[in-house]
Amino acid sequence: MPVDPSFVGRVYPPDEPYAVMREQIAAFAEAVGATHPAHTDPQAARALGHADVVAPPTWAVVVAQRSEAAYVDDPAAGIDFSRVVHAEERFAYTRPIVAGDRLVTTLHVDSVVERAGLAMVTTRVEVADDAGAPVATVTSTLAVRP
Amino acid sequence: MTPAGLVVGQEVARATLHVDRARLVRYAHASGDQNPIHQDESAALAVGLPGVIAHGMWTMGAAVQVVVDWVGDPGLVVGYGTRFTRPVPVPADGEATPLVVATVGALDADEGTARIDLDVTLDGSRVLGKAQVVVHLP
Repeated sequence: MPVDPSFVGRVYPPDEPYAVMREQIAAFAEAVGATHPAHTDPQAARALGHADVVAPPTWAVVVAQRSEAAYVDDPAAGIDFSRVVHAEERFAYTRPIVAGDRLVTTLHVDSVVERAGLAMVTTRVEVADDAGAPVATVTSTLAVRP
Repeated sequence: MTPAGLVVGQEVARATLHVDRARLVRYAHASGDQNPIHQDESAALAVGLPGVIAHGMWTMGAAVQVVVDWVGDPGLVVGYGTRFTRPVPVPADGEATPLVVATVGALDADEGTARIDLDVTLDGSRVLGKAQVVVHLP
């Protein structure tokens, strides 16, 4: 089943807030080779003016991919993961993410366009704190083979 | 670091990344991305890949570290985007070793930011396209 373009414009409301944990930031940092002490040492993070340990620059993909699942895992959307490659990813931060944050995500299906025989599916996840203040925007494009 | 001393085109950092399959498993757990093509040879072969490949997001996440270390505070990274142009195959034994070279792409004195462009290659072929990091200069 091809990618269904009628999903464009859909907005998926936030789920429960995601509680950002020190241990989770540390595990992610280790995996990507992020050795800056501000990722693991609260004192080092505070010395730089942060409330707690800081997430690495691509950490927001953790909450973004959870959010995207509501759309890409919906069989009606027509996104077959055995035919998908990740084409593009972009992060824009209003402020750094730190341990102790409670993040809520809102998913937008921005576009489904045909390019070189592939369906290019672009989603945008708006990440906010649990008071609604913006934190980050994560934009992701998947290329789906027919 | 003296931001005023930066010039467009200047190399600010370079590093060799190291990734083996055990690291991909740790990344899968830490990120929640359990797509089997990043862990399981047969799953990768079944979708036409030459073998297990790194998560594009692993490569993106690892490549930016030279910029974090250079700027001195991960909280100063305010933007980061890339295209994924080529997979990074990770052998069953040993590791893959992509090379990252970071240069100043643009300076914005009004915003106090620099755009740092990452050239990320494996055996001379580019694996990330238009990889650009925007940092607030301290």
